[in-house]
Amino acid sequence: MIAVDHLTKRYGSQLAVDDISFGCEPGTVTGFLGPNGAGKSTTLRMICGLTPPSAGAATVLDRPYHKLDNPGRRVGVLLDASAQHSGRTGREVLAVSAAVLGVRPSRVGELLDLVGLSKSAARKRVGAYSLGMRQRLGIAHALLGDPSVLILDEPANGLDPEGIYWMRGLLRDFADRAGTVLLSSHLLTEVEAVADQLVMIGNGRIVAQGAKSELLAASGVIVRALDPAAMHEALAEAGLTATPGADGALLVEAEAEAVGRAAADAGLVLLELRPADTGGLEQLFLSLTREEALVA
Amino acid sequence: MTAIAETSYPRAGLPRLARIELRKMADTRAGFWLLLVVALMGAAIVTITLLAGEAKDQDLHSLFQGALWTVSILLPVLGILAVTSEWTQRTGLTTFALVPERERVVAAKVMAAVALGVAAVVASLVAATVGNLLAGGSWDLPTWLLGQGTLFEVLAMLGGVAFGLAFMNSALAIVLYYLLPTVWAILGETVHALDKPANWLDTSRTLEPVLDGRLTGTEWAQLGTSLGVWIGLVLLIGLWRLRRTELK
Repeated sequence: MIAVDHLTKRYGSQLAVDDISFGCEPGTVTGFLGPNGAGKSTTLRMICGLTPPSAGAATVLDRPYHKLDNPGRRVGVLLDASAQHSGRTGREVLAVSAAVLGVRPSRVGELLDLVGLSKSAARKRVGAYSLGMRQRLGIAHALLGDPSVLILDEPANGLDPEGIYWMRGLLRDFADRAGTVLLSSHLLTEVEAVADQLVMIGNGRIVAQGAKSELLAASGVIVRALDPAAMHEALAEAGLTATPGADGALLVEAEAEAVGRAAADAGLVLLELRPADTGGLEQLFLSLTREEALVA
Repeated sequence: MTAIAETSYPRAGLPRLARIELRKMADTRAGFWLLLVVALMGAAIVTITLLAGEAKDQDLHSLFQGALWTVSILLPVLGILAVTSEWTQRTGLTTFALVPERERVVAAKVMAAVALGVAAVVASLVAATVGNLLAGGSWDLPTWLLGQGTLFEVLAMLGGVAFGLAFMNSALAIVLYYLLPTVWAILGETVHALDKPANWLDTSRTLEPVLDGRLTGTEWAQLGTSLGVWIGLVLLIGLWRLRRTELK
């Protein structure tokens, strides 16, 4: 149960997070999507009380994070897997936090087993870990206090395909046991498979949010013509708005028939004309990423 | 997984947090070696005094003084790293997520620093005792030395914690901590007008008599003033920074 209410973060004249509101319910996985630098991490840090917001507020389990009695027992947080002391062993990292949380020390071993860090890996110092191992340690750390809410920033970064598959199962299972999961990613495909709800941000603002099923069934069609520029023009003449995507594909918010007629009237050769399934979201996501690239 | 109304989880008390902070000072590679070097330096000074020192220095009093002074040289680095590693190693992201009241973390670190300072005194006394068993010198140990010696070590640790918190950066805090007395020494001796204030503000001057003999009233006042600035004020600046800083 996470409620984000008009969160805003301003650095000087720059708005890193601009009036963001969303909620996460028990039993669901929320994917928090956006290109790098969109404001995802800042938002997650504000939820966890590590970054003071310029405006707005966030609650976890109906309270501001810092008012939770023993936050690690309520909320499992993984904000950056690399933010661990490089000279401490993996097992010791968990043991120290277990002591802070007041959980029995045997949980350390159980969680190392759960995330697949072997005994010898746990004895190594974190400085010698690969990013994938750090993510596994970070996930073990987040689960240490047996929380009912998980907040994970880019947990799939550095995991191999098997690891990503494993993590999906773990998060799905966590949510199915009435847990609340909020995870961020800059890759749509990464969260698509596990999320029930999506919140997409770009330049600090929410650009799309809702149930995954609704968002992915976004209205519109994808059309790809031999001459994309001419197709774009033809659509504009027909009064249809099109958003350019990858490979010269265009996302058009119209019926397939209207698009087909526009192409026929202009005498254009079509290569593809289909309902925009995941495409709608993907096009939006890609256009966001492209904007970022242009700004940079 | 339980609803919030059903179970309450008490937060860790300060003594437990302090024990954890103490553990964190020793469970990293850097912390472990630093502690070992501090201990070895204390043992080394006792050994050297026994082998090469004058006969008048080969008693419990002098050996203890020597060990205390030697151990205090590197002790502040442990205090500094205990704080700054939260930033340079970015563990603060975890520490302050688990204990959101940031002042409580600082209080725990201060308590751990005091404990380590006391431990340094005990270790120095053990080294001096072993040394004196071999030397066969006098066993006289004035109580003021135990008291002022403990104060000396604890202040060394606290100075480190204060500097670490004010600068939140290992290299900067360590350099400034060790540079400061030198700057004072140069200023106090070259600028005549600063000579008198230096008696009240230069910690290398005010700390000097602490291990040498029972402090006079003026010396206590000078010590208190200088440490009020270099530990008290610096710690307050650090706390003020910590309250508003963003943990990344």
